[in-house]
Amino acid sequence: MEQSLLSSNPSVRSCFCLAGIVEAKSAGCGSISCVKSAKLRIMGSGPKRRTMRLQFSRRSLRLLLAGSVVLLTGCSDKNQSFLTPDGPVSALEHYHMWLITLITLIVVAPVVVGVPLLAWRYRYGNTRARYAPNWDFSTALEWPMWLVPVAIVAVLSVYLWIYTHELDPYRSIAADKPPLRVQVVGLDWKWLFIYPDYHIATVGEMAFPQDRPVSMELTTDTVMQSFMIPALGGQIYAMPGMVTRLNLEADRTGEFEGMNTQYNGDGFHAQHFQAVAITPQDFDSWVKTVQHNGAALNPTSYGILARSSTPAEVHNQFGDAAMPKDITFFNDVASRLFAGIVMRYHGDRAVSPAEEPGTVAYNAKLASK
Amino acid sequence: MSHSFWSLVFGRLDFDSLDFLKAFFHPDLNDVIVSGASWVVILGAVVTAALLTWFRLWGPLWSKWLISVDHKRIGVMYIVLALIMLARGVLEGVVMRAQQADGLHGGFVSADHFAQLFSTHGTIMIFFMAMPFLTGLINIVVPLQIGARDVSFPMLNSLSLGLTVSGAMLVMISLVIGDFSTGGWTAYPPYTEPDFQPGAGVDYWIWAVTLAGLGSTLTGINFVVTILKERAPGMTLLRMPIFTWNALCTSLLLVFAMPPLTVAGLMLAADRYLGFHFFTNTLGGNMMNYANLFWQFGHPEVYILILPAFGVYGEVIATFSGKRLYGYVTLVIATMAIGFLSFGVWLHHFFTMGQDADVNAVFGIATMLIGIPTGVKVYDWMATMFRGRIRFSVPMVYALAFMVLFVLGGLTGILLANPTVDFQVHNTLFLVAHFHNMLIPGTLFGMLAGYTYWFPKVFGFRLNDRWGYIAAFSWIIGYFLAFMPLYAVGLMGMTRRTVSYTNSAFEPWFLVAGAGAFFVTVALVTLCVQLYVSIRDRELTRDIGGDPWNARTLEWATPSPVPAYNFPVMPHIHALDAFAVAKEAGFGYQEPTSYSDIHLPGNTWAGVIAAVFGTALGFGLVWHMWWLAWLSLAVLAVSLIARALLGDRHPVKIPATEVRRQYRAWLEKVRAVTPVTRALEWDHRNCGVAATEYFEEAAE
Ligand code: HEM
Ligand SMILES: [Cu+2]
Repeated sequence: MEQSLLSSNPSVRSCFCLAGIVEAKSAGCGSISCVKSAKLRIMGSGPKRRTMRLQFSRRSLRLLLAGSVVLLTGCSDKNQSFLTPDGPVSALEHYHMWLITLITLIVVAPVVVGVPLLAWRYRYGNTRARYAPNWDFSTALEWPMWLVPVAIVAVLSVYLWIYTHELDPYRSIAADKPPLRVQVVGLDWKWLFIYPDYHIATVGEMAFPQDRPVSMELTTDTVMQSFMIPALGGQIYAMPGMVTRLNLEADRTGEFEGMNTQYNGDGFHAQHFQAVAITPQDFDSWVKTVQHNGAALNPTSYGILARSSTPAEVHNQFGDAAMPKDITFFNDVASRLFAGIVMRYHGDRAVSPAEEPGTVAYNAKLASK
Repeated sequence: MSHSFWSLVFGRLDFDSLDFLKAFFHPDLNDVIVSGASWVVILGAVVTAALLTWFRLWGPLWSKWLISVDHKRIGVMYIVLALIMLARGVLEGVVMRAQQADGLHGGFVSADHFAQLFSTHGTIMIFFMAMPFLTGLINIVVPLQIGARDVSFPMLNSLSLGLTVSGAMLVMISLVIGDFSTGGWTAYPPYTEPDFQPGAGVDYWIWAVTLAGLGSTLTGINFVVTILKERAPGMTLLRMPIFTWNALCTSLLLVFAMPPLTVAGLMLAADRYLGFHFFTNTLGGNMMNYANLFWQFGHPEVYILILPAFGVYGEVIATFSGKRLYGYVTLVIATMAIGFLSFGVWLHHFFTMGQDADVNAVFGIATMLIGIPTGVKVYDWMATMFRGRIRFSVPMVYALAFMVLFVLGGLTGILLANPTVDFQVHNTLFLVAHFHNMLIPGTLFGMLAGYTYWFPKVFGFRLNDRWGYIAAFSWIIGYFLAFMPLYAVGLMGMTRRTVSYTNSAFEPWFLVAGAGAFFVTVALVTLCVQLYVSIRDRELTRDIGGDPWNARTLEWATPSPVPAYNFPVMPHIHALDAFAVAKEAGFGYQEPTSYSDIHLPGNTWAGVIAAVFGTALGFGLVWHMWWLAWLSLAVLAVSLIARALLGDRHPVKIPATEVRRQYRAWLEKVRAVTPVTRALEWDHRNCGVAATEYFEEAAE
């Protein structure tokens, strides 16, 4: 996608940021395949193998952590979060988190336990304890003091290296079905989800089929934002004039809370959406619904959409009874909308504030109309 | 009066910018809070001025403090600044906690007001609370620990203080006139670009941080040179007390880490004032460059904040365990290793910016490496306690709480160093919990421990213990309740900088955190009470001998309060922990064989000029009052150049006979004091001379 975007626009050579990202990532592709081949030796490769290991680890950890998860998520109905992962990415992140915690406790727990014990044992009043005021070094003690942390960090580093590559958000998730493509545009206080293959777009809801990878490209048409659906996977920044990527998948059907995590103004706290995983059949009919019931997304309506507003306000502006509460459907979406948004920031002349969503001038212009 | 004349004089300042009037014109709750806060500032200033006038203290304030170049007085002024800003910062934190406790579907604070709160709170706590506090302690302690008369560049020291104060003044003024930034303590563009944030807020942030940052750079230079060049004869590098080592490392970090911040701030200013496009969305601007510059400062900065606290803990744990510090050389190596590594990990603050997995992994591993020397330090402190005789004095209570709580923050730090986990918890309250876990039990407790520990050295009497314990336990409980829940809600997906939420599962956690904020408020109040009670009862806690804790390092060999010239004659150092060794050998309070005249640098107006005209420069720039900005800049430049050309015109000479008289008088008093054992450490009979207790090794 970016490659074609690059070659189709001559001015892009001058914009090092986009080109930089593209280059960095293509360099990254090579390294990912390296890791993959390394993994062949270490633990076999391919998605099947990964799921097996995952299930094993999740089973063994689940018992251990059941208590804490119940404690943390409470009795809420909205308990989809990182603590109850519902996709392969978040599951592995979750597993890695507890793995690190357990390993690191080897060096942390002795301090938490040892400090009170030492303090009590060697308290001033306890004259029975031995007192060695001039003892200030022991080689025998020095070895474990350094080597245990070194060993722990070494082990953690191996895991870090492996999982950082395995969970690289740019890395596509292996599956028998091709991923669903979604282009995500951050606007002030909502995300716009463009489905380029269906010419539709949504605000407030991102639907996709269960058990099929979702491959996202992200940018913003305002300040920097950060996109996250905790129950499915970690976040990635979205930046104007640049494209970042995120690959996720849901194991089951359900609604998962998604959000922007990077403060971007007064409506920031409302910049949430529902990520909805549904069956492939339901997804097809959802697409049809959006295609039939959406508002048209043309330059004029995009101009209004792009001004600072929350998903609820967008719904009030564009929505109708056929659309769920606080959710807005758009159709007739031009196939180059996303590319156009990215490239707008790479022209030879400045985008004037009145043409730049999120600015005071932009919001004022629309208010006066 | 024509409009253009108005704007010539007042720039873009107008009637609506006057916060203290807001409550009268738009009486809604947020404006009442804003107005109330600005009235507190105004009244505080008026009352202080009135009291100074009433007690005729302007003269002494001016001649003894404001124009003084005595490193101890400069240090005290830094700490006074830090305590005032601590009060404001804590109260803002408490308001945010209260808001979020009430924040399910709403709350009482508006989104914009909340954004100003987290931005001022973060900026104040880092730049105007923690930095002045640690700079103040370094100022007071380092020259005494290395046996120096003063710092290498006393005038520069005063100038640094003035610049820091001017930054703090700007943040305080923003409470009264105009709004502060809403961009957080990091001020990431493009959000902070003028098209998005045209108001004065971001400019307040830029100039406050730039002025204070310059002050810190100069402090760093001053102390690197002081520690390397001003040590007493015999004070080799490996005989320096551990606090001084940490101060050296901190100063080196200041020298190399502050400039990127200044550069980033000035580049942002160029964007905002001159139409540059370093970090804009268009014309090739790129905010990623800002993120890199900011965190090339920002990561070393967290070690600037923690290393002085590590130094305090090293002194405190050794002293109150009645033992030599375990693994001194190890600790020195670990400190310097941390300082060095801290420059190579900045990218972990934006693992989520889309770079390659190789890059993320390398920076993740580099980050975890810092955990090794840090862990070793904690073990060394534990080994210092091993086979000691531990007294739970107030500084030691802070130190013990620190060790237990800090390693939990270390654990979550290791988690955050892993890009896989960071993807999930970056920008959430988990991160907020982590850095408060380092900053409160680490930095703040360390500073408060140091404040309690060295207070008698500076003022000649100890702080009240009872109130000290109440404060310490309130801090510990308050910290625990206020921040442990944030780990949980962070993992549950609560983002940081978020005024309200719709997930009811968060609410119980925020209520607990709110209770924690209550204890934190109590802690703040008890600190004030402690200071008041201690001053009132100062005759009961007199530190005549100057060694109230049976401590080990050179500063305790001096009278309390320390005379301006620190040492009657330059001490000769023969060992690590020189004072402990001398006491052990029975040579604690020796009279020197001969005295000579002492020359001290004269007072200077540099600090006052920097404070006043630095503030005016910043204010002029914020409000586009160009005449004021140019005028202030000119005054600053001319006075600095003039001072450089004229040199120190009023150096002070203290004749040898006078030094001898004062020193002998003190030795007389010391001999009259009954030495006390550590059992009487908190008793009024402790007059600062320690009895030899158990200097021989006790067997099992
Ligand atoms: C003593 C009690 C304290 C309380 C109750 C408190 C509370 C808070 C709260 C509620 C936030 C906003 C969290 C959010 O983003 O949602 C915050 C942010 C922050 N605090 Fe504190 N805090 C305290 C002490 C400190 C200390 C001692 C420091 C530093 C030395 C500090 C540094 C910061 C920083 C840097 C931020 C981030 C500001 C930003 O988002 O840009 N805080 N604190
Ligand atoms: Cu860092």
